[in-house]
Amino acid sequence: MQSISRPQKMPVIVKPNSFLAWIGRGGLILLALLIAYILLRNLIEKPLFFVTNIINGLQLGFVYALIALGYTMVYGIVKLINFAHGDVFMVGAFTSFFAIDRFKLHEWPLRAFPTINPVLGIALGTITTILLSMVVCVLLAVTIERVAYKPLRDAPRIAALITAIGVSFFLEYFGLLDFVFSARFIPYPRPFEVTTWYIADGIHLTQPGEPIPENAIVISNILIIIVILTLGILLFLQYLVRRTKIGIAMRATSFDKPTARLMGINVDSVISFTFAIGAAFAGLGGVLYAIAYPSIKTLMGVYPGLKAFISAVLGGIGSIPGAFVGALIMGQAEALTASYISTPMRDAVAFTILIIVLLVRPTGIFGEPEKEKA
Amino acid sequence: MDLSVLLSFAKIIAVIAYLYGLFWIMGLKVRPVTIAGKTLDLSLAINVAGVVVAFGIIQLALTDFGGFRILNEFDTGLLYQACTMTMVALGLNLIYGFNGQFSLGQWGFYGIGAYAAADVTYRWVNGDSSGLIVLGVGTILAGVIILLVGRSLSNLRRMPVLSSFTLYLLGALVSGYVAVLIGRWVSPLLNPLLGTNLEPGPLAQGFWLQIIYFLAVVFAGIFAAEISFLFGLPVLSLGSDYFGIATLGFTIVVYTLMVNSDTFLPFPEMRGGRGMIGIPKLTTWFWAFLFMMAVIVSMRNLIRSSYGRAMISVREDEVAARAMGIDVAGGKLLAFVIGSLFAGLGGGVYAHYIGFLSPGTFDFLIGFNPMIIVVFGGLGSMTGTITASFGWIFFLEGMLRDVLGRISPQAPSWRYVLYPLTLLLLMLIRPEGLMGKIEWGFLKIPVVPLRDTKQEGEVA
Amino acid sequence: MLLEVKDLHVYYGAIHALHGISFHIAEGEIVTLIGANGAGKSTTLRTISGLIRPRSGHIIYRGQDITLTPPEQIVRMGISHVPEGRKIFAPLTVRENLEMGAYIIKDKAEVNRLMERVFKSFPRLKERINQLGGTLSGGEQQMLATGRGLMSKPSLLLLDEPSMGLSPILVQEIFNIIKEINAQGTSILLVEQNAQMALSIAHRAYVLETGNIVLSGTAKEIAENPRVKAAYLGV
Ligand SMILES: Nc1ncnc2c1ncn2[C@@H]1O[C@H](COP(=O)(O)OP(=O)(O)OP(=O)(O)O)[C@@H](O)[C@H]1O
Ligand SMILES: [Mg+2]
Repeated sequence: MQSISRPQKMPVIVKPNSFLAWIGRGGLILLALLIAYILLRNLIEKPLFFVTNIINGLQLGFVYALIALGYTMVYGIVKLINFAHGDVFMVGAFTSFFAIDRFKLHEWPLRAFPTINPVLGIALGTITTILLSMVVCVLLAVTIERVAYKPLRDAPRIAALITAIGVSFFLEYFGLLDFVFSARFIPYPRPFEVTTWYIADGIHLTQPGEPIPENAIVISNILIIIVILTLGILLFLQYLVRRTKIGIAMRATSFDKPTARLMGINVDSVISFTFAIGAAFAGLGGVLYAIAYPSIKTLMGVYPGLKAFISAVLGGIGSIPGAFVGALIMGQAEALTASYISTPMRDAVAFTILIIVLLVRPTGIFGEPEKEKA
Repeated sequence: MDLSVLLSFAKIIAVIAYLYGLFWIMGLKVRPVTIAGKTLDLSLAINVAGVVVAFGIIQLALTDFGGFRILNEFDTGLLYQACTMTMVALGLNLIYGFNGQFSLGQWGFYGIGAYAAADVTYRWVNGDSSGLIVLGVGTILAGVIILLVGRSLSNLRRMPVLSSFTLYLLGALVSGYVAVLIGRWVSPLLNPLLGTNLEPGPLAQGFWLQIIYFLAVVFAGIFAAEISFLFGLPVLSLGSDYFGIATLGFTIVVYTLMVNSDTFLPFPEMRGGRGMIGIPKLTTWFWAFLFMMAVIVSMRNLIRSSYGRAMISVREDEVAARAMGIDVAGGKLLAFVIGSLFAGLGGGVYAHYIGFLSPGTFDFLIGFNPMIIVVFGGLGSMTGTITASFGWIFFLEGMLRDVLGRISPQAPSWRYVLYPLTLLLLMLIRPEGLMGKIEWGFLKIPVVPLRDTKQEGEVA
Repeated sequence: MLLEVKDLHVYYGAIHALHGISFHIAEGEIVTLIGANGAGKSTTLRTISGLIRPRSGHIIYRGQDITLTPPEQIVRMGISHVPEGRKIFAPLTVRENLEMGAYIIKDKAEVNRLMERVFKSFPRLKERINQLGGTLSGGEQQMLATGRGLMSKPSLLLLDEPSMGLSPILVQEIFNIIKEINAQGTSILLVEQNAQMALSIAHRAYVLETGNIVLSGTAKEIAENPRVKAAYLGV
């Protein structure tokens, strides 16, 4: 700042490949080497444990991806960090909790058709529960959008951002009240049993009470469900955004709202639709997360929400494949940090990765380099 | 309505009126008077006297007259909290309101200041002078090195920000290492003078302890500022939303480090997630008032200076500011560093008021509070921020807790439901905040003729 | 009467952009609006298509007051606005841009038929059907914008400077196409800098000066008006 009106000295221009320019890159390369060394050493020492970590990271990453999609789509269309998105995820988990715990919704096919195949019955019941959670999340998100964000669409961006923070706080503190969700950890009743298989010279189904051998890779049905559902949703979204009329309208709206209106596109509906889709996936993510890690609480959405947002930024905000790739990176980073560095440090690592990536590539991995509007 | 509700409401009014009176008298200009043939401008004398009187009023109200106090223990606590919140929020207003950088990192710097200052005095009263020596030497050395590196880099153009960051970081690490070496060497010489916790030596009580407290808070502030320099250097070059999220990340990283302070970091006395206890409660009204007024006065002068006007022009239009030859990156860094300095000072004062630090206090969710205060008061209004800080503490923590507590024991948690709602309403009705950009009394910025502001920004 | 504008006042904040203008367009007409830069021509079009709300005045379309109707509704009533500066959706392909132009048409086959019609007028677009809008040349973008405007089967087409940035040959071509569109039954409100060209194909014309209509008449009368000649035709 001393240079505000300092007379200009002869400037020495640092060339892109000079020693000075390499100092910064050198630091990053050292860091990368260090990480590679830690990972490789662990891979060689305990390969199976390493693979187990990767699988854990994968499970987490896929859940993050479900949340990140909502962030990236909403940001793409209204340029708003929807801080309340993580809380919508939480509401998804709680809706399914009440549906299962209070109303046994997941068992309705068994009650309605006692002769039904039990596996099919539970599957149908679980799907119903998930759909219910998704619907509740959609209603919540669309209400938030209409009540809180829409009136501010032409206001300065900060007003919308503060509003988003306000909505998030409202949901959290309201949920924290004793008669709502309270501040406690609540054990989550899974709608179906989690079955695991371990791979050690062949695939074995883990029997109840059976200890899992030391040197084995463990895979669970919930992992498979999460992976398949998320991949399916990703394909569906790509199809929606690339091929369908509403998807193209979404991209047109995100690029230029007034012109989109001239085409006859109802911009408000498109924006609501975007919020709705994002919320539906967050709701799904909430249920799957609760089944995978069966303990829920009101603030459960805060960190996953943040991590998912970081994933979206990491991948290039606005990009759907970017959100997915970013989420996978985030999941791996978290699982590997927890195992090889220290569990509580995983949040720190997540942000460190974000900052480094942004410094090297300011628009994220898949983001198109764009100039900021003046 | 209950009498005590009215009373706590009256207290809010009184506190706000007190502040406005203080700023009014500080900004008072009187015509020069002629006494015995000499013309004297008494304005400054009146301003200073006003501050002293204002200090005295509260000091009296705090004093116990045989069991009677106007401001009880609880109110005094609110007052100290309001002072620290004012410092933190003003720092954020400098960064965000005046310079336009959406930062969520303020709470992290507040935490750094609190823990650093607390560690120094904690060690001191427990007979260990190394905390002060390492922090003092380290911050001074790092400051000097940062200035030197800055000097030598200043005539380089197109230096990648990562490279300069690496150089600064190396410099800071080296100075930290040297400070630790010096501390190891010097502190045993000093320690015998400190005594133990139960039997304080000559340097660990009375006047000297006050000096140590002062140094601890100041060094902690500078420490926070230096960290903000290192962090801000690369991160400020990101776009606004990205900067926001990166600073949010900073707050979370600081929180994580606090939780791991006894495992990941070598500070067993901070006791990680269990919280640091036994911090000497050294903050008095004198110190709280002193630090707060120092922050207010220096910030007001900074904003009036050419640097301040450059900062504001960056907020208004970055491209235009750059075209006018303003060092945009430097201005952002300056605002960020000074803002963090204020937060660090606030943290130091807070730690010695509360006597107990828990990482939970520095959670990023609570860290939104200063942001909300700044928005409430009005971006770019110091008066608004100060009013909102005091109002926030006295209303939310004082009156509302009291009133709701009467309804039912659970009701106080409702205040956290009410305030986001108020925030939403405010954004809908008056997005520029309660005060907008209006200032009061001493904080008022004189209207400068347009021509002057223009010349300030131009390259000589 | 297809469109009637009555005493329209438009403000941008404190700036009074249109000072109570009135004009009309009859079924099957080409009407041109000429005027200097900043006269308020684009503002007029934007107000008709609903992007801007006037402070007072009325816009009557087919006997219906559409003054406060939102733009997405106005397209459905048959008014299509090709905005100034093309406003192509850069990240969308040519085909997708055209599909967006036909957003209000549900029938897929109809959309394809309309697209073929556009390709007949602008064969260049067909060659580039899968190219991103943002990578087209300026002239191609103008063609795409005009084509996109036709995709909604408008009864009234608002064209804002369709010749901007085109080579003289293309300008001629685009004016021929405008005439052709009109011959097929679409009424046109044409805003042009190239007054000579505009007057040569229009039936009637209005001259706009700093938010006021100062002259009106048949295209021929306007073209022969000495003031217009001096100011806009450079004769
Ligand atoms: N968004 C806006 N905000 C403020 N003023 C505007 C805005 N848009 C247009 N104006 C002003 O309104 C007046 C009319 O503008 P308009 O765009 O209608 O002119 P025009 O006749 O289309 O000019 P041109 O031939 O250059 O396109 C101008 O003085 C312009 O500066
Ligand atoms: Mg125009």
